[in-house]
Amino acid sequence: MADTYHLSSASLDALFAAILADGRRILAPTDRDGRTELNPVTTPAQVAKDYVQTALSAKGTVFPRVEQLLSYRTGQGQVELTDAEPKAVPTVLFGIRPCEAAGFQALDAVFNWDSRDKYFNARLAQVTVIGVACTRSDDACFCTSVGGDPGSEKGSDLLLIPVAGGYLAEALTDKGKALVALAPDQFKPGDGADKVALLAQVPAAFDQPALTAQLPALFDSPLWADQALRCVGCGACAFVCPTCVCFDLQEEADPKAGRRLRAWDSCGFRLFTLHASGHNPRDTQGQRWRQRVYHKFSYYPERYGMLGCVGCGKCTRACPVDMNLREHLTEAAQAQVKA
Amino acid sequence: MSDQNIYLPYLMRIARITQEAPGVRTFRLEFVDDTAAKAFSFRTGQFGLYSAFGEGESTFCIASSPTREGYIECTFREVGRVTGSLADKEVGDIMGFRGPYGNVFPIEDWKGKNLIFIAGGIALPPLRSVIWNCLDLREWFKDISIVYGARTVADLVYKDELKEWERRDDVNLVCTVDPGGETPDWTGKVGFVPHVVEALAPAPANTVALVCGPPIMIKLTLPVLAKLGFQPDSIFTTLENRMKCGLGKCGRCNTGSSYVCKDGPVYTLAQLQQLPAEY
Amino acid sequence: MELREKAKQLLEAGTVKAVLGFEAGTHGRRRPAFARSAEQAGRLVLDDGCRQNLASYVTRKEIKRLGRLAVAARPETLRALLQLLAERQVREEDVLALAVDADGGVTELATAQAVEERLATEAQVIPAEDRAMLDRLAAMSREERWAFWQGELSRCVKCYACRSSCPMCYCEQCTMDCNRPQWVPVPSHPLGNLEYHQVRAMHLAGRCVQCGDCGRACPVGIPVHLLTFTAEESVHSQFGQRAGSSAKLDYALSTFRPDDKESFIR
Repeated sequence: MADTYHLSSASLDALFAAILADGRRILAPTDRDGRTELNPVTTPAQVAKDYVQTALSAKGTVFPRVEQLLSYRTGQGQVELTDAEPKAVPTVLFGIRPCEAAGFQALDAVFNWDSRDKYFNARLAQVTVIGVACTRSDDACFCTSVGGDPGSEKGSDLLLIPVAGGYLAEALTDKGKALVALAPDQFKPGDGADKVALLAQVPAAFDQPALTAQLPALFDSPLWADQALRCVGCGACAFVCPTCVCFDLQEEADPKAGRRLRAWDSCGFRLFTLHASGHNPRDTQGQRWRQRVYHKFSYYPERYGMLGCVGCGKCTRACPVDMNLREHLTEAAQAQVKA
Repeated sequence: MSDQNIYLPYLMRIARITQEAPGVRTFRLEFVDDTAAKAFSFRTGQFGLYSAFGEGESTFCIASSPTREGYIECTFREVGRVTGSLADKEVGDIMGFRGPYGNVFPIEDWKGKNLIFIAGGIALPPLRSVIWNCLDLREWFKDISIVYGARTVADLVYKDELKEWERRDDVNLVCTVDPGGETPDWTGKVGFVPHVVEALAPAPANTVALVCGPPIMIKLTLPVLAKLGFQPDSIFTTLENRMKCGLGKCGRCNTGSSYVCKDGPVYTLAQLQQLPAEY
Repeated sequence: MELREKAKQLLEAGTVKAVLGFEAGTHGRRRPAFARSAEQAGRLVLDDGCRQNLASYVTRKEIKRLGRLAVAARPETLRALLQLLAERQVREEDVLALAVDADGGVTELATAQAVEERLATEAQVIPAEDRAMLDRLAAMSREERWAFWQGELSRCVKCYACRSSCPMCYCEQCTMDCNRPQWVPVPSHPLGNLEYHQVRAMHLAGRCVQCGDCGRACPVGIPVHLLTFTAEESVHSQFGQRAGSSAKLDYALSTFRPDDKESFIR
């Protein structure tokens, strides 16, 4: 049950100070050279004021670009293997959009499917999400088509809804409540304002359940090759995406010692599925594009009971050739299924 | 409670190396840690990720039978960075193993049935595990036949075991090499595996077929079995795709919605017919 | 003639199988668009927002399969097409250049010679802000410049949007993809980032047509194009040749002329 408060803008300073005093770092969107990115901050003044989204997602806090999984020393016929411990820094993510906050659940579904990934879990345990609801959106956003909305509570520990003079604050989880307890005087009783009226309007673009139901029949459709004609096969979409979790394992070693690293990977790369023999099950960009769509909208629902997409639109904004996911999905949802 | 590192391999000592064919070796591996050895078990069909420390990991089936305790075996061809490094290793060297991963051949379901194993070239290893598993439990099954072929005599793997299977009277082994691959003293058949299977004409009644081979062999053998009357749910095969984690997390080994590392590598033809051919 | 009209004409006559131009995209952006019928040609637009170097598509196998391609081409694209011809990556008969005119229309340039002649009429100019940035970098001390790039490259996530947007990065197996040996580390740690960008800049020296697409493609705003621009400027000043100036151009770094400067020998 959410506890609702009013948090004034002035109170944010005190809250930030309390968080830092508690030994946690704060990551928030900051403006730099015309871009908005997550960076460490110490005061609310450093936080970007007028942004829709950061370019990169917050997933780097629980699934970093590079993660060491183990190391070893070799020599004289022996191998000394050393486990690697995740360096999980207590972190408060401030200013995360509701779409992005919902993304953590999709990462969790994979990292804890059958076997538990200790790196992800250790980091997630140290992360508290202060979401900030959206008062505006842009034409890349489509959260409402995938079960989200600009004020969604999914994934936030503390959700802030901007109002005049500050925020409505909803403490949604134990972590959120613990944050409130750090600076209880700053959280005044909430006034139950109409959330919906305050938030951005994002009309739904396509019928996602209908699309998901239709995808198996569309597998061999020429639609995917057509949509992917302009795709250049980079990893920008996968890397900015809050739910993309595909990774690579890489070995870096010299004759005496080495380490095994996990790095972000993308199904858009040709190398992703290339066999040593040279055979590639997904040899064309159209097949790789199809994999991206199906993984998020067909295989995720089938396997984990949720979508692999939160409608944030980061992929669309990051794509060098404007592969607009909402547009492509709308087209797919309307595609005729051949008998 | 903190989680274990699921990416941490067991350390394995190479106990025996057999040069099977040009570029193809079998390693017999023993656990360096006795406790791990005692706790370890697997079932036929499962695979692992084998580390060449310094280079990385590669995926091979566990080619030995779970009925043989104290070691596991893998058979691999030198094709890339990791296998190239493994090919240089000697008895006593240390490498890594993560597993067992994947699903299993449901051999309990085959009690009282005939089994026919059809394999080509370097694809015999996954079936070799099943063959020995079944031979070690011989009384469970009725007739056991093996059709195995390679491009040339030199390319046949497990040459000593082929001789052993030939000697046994409770197994019917038919070996073949591709036309042109025979040597002057070759006494086996000469012909492509699908043709040899057609000529052998195994009866489908109460029979399970296991087929592993290069894509072209599988493509030509399945219609032969269909013509003979084998049902898709009585035909088993294994799939391979590029793998990294083996745990269903890195996202790359799927064919359609099926992860070869989790839902496979063992599939019936009936299951494969439901999936797109992304392998 | 207007691009749309020209595209319709070419497609209806069967002169080309597809016309590669631009269409309206998200939030006022322009993006590459393939018109394969007269009807699809109606979507094409051509204005100042159309900046992508479309030559990056002519070497992709999925695009080659479409058949003969007409390509809307600003000077950078024309240069890239000549450079690809010089490197034998495309055949003259496979691509029809539609050079963008000052009035926003297009002119067919059917031969390499026509493209060379057209390019000879305008000087190769890089955008003023890039020139200013290059001057700023040149004025820095080595330490300052190193610190600048360390800072910029720390954001790199190895998405390879830069490589994928570049018309000269057409290698089916890039150096980065090679794992025997692993020339450049794959993960996006400082060494992996630095080595990738250094190698790429070196591989583009003498080949970069200075379109700037790599920098525009970067999702985290690293001005990687400044690295390749610099490499290209260096080759130009040392060896006097410009990438993309001719369909018959030797690779500067693997050929020599007896009169090459030897100022590095001291």
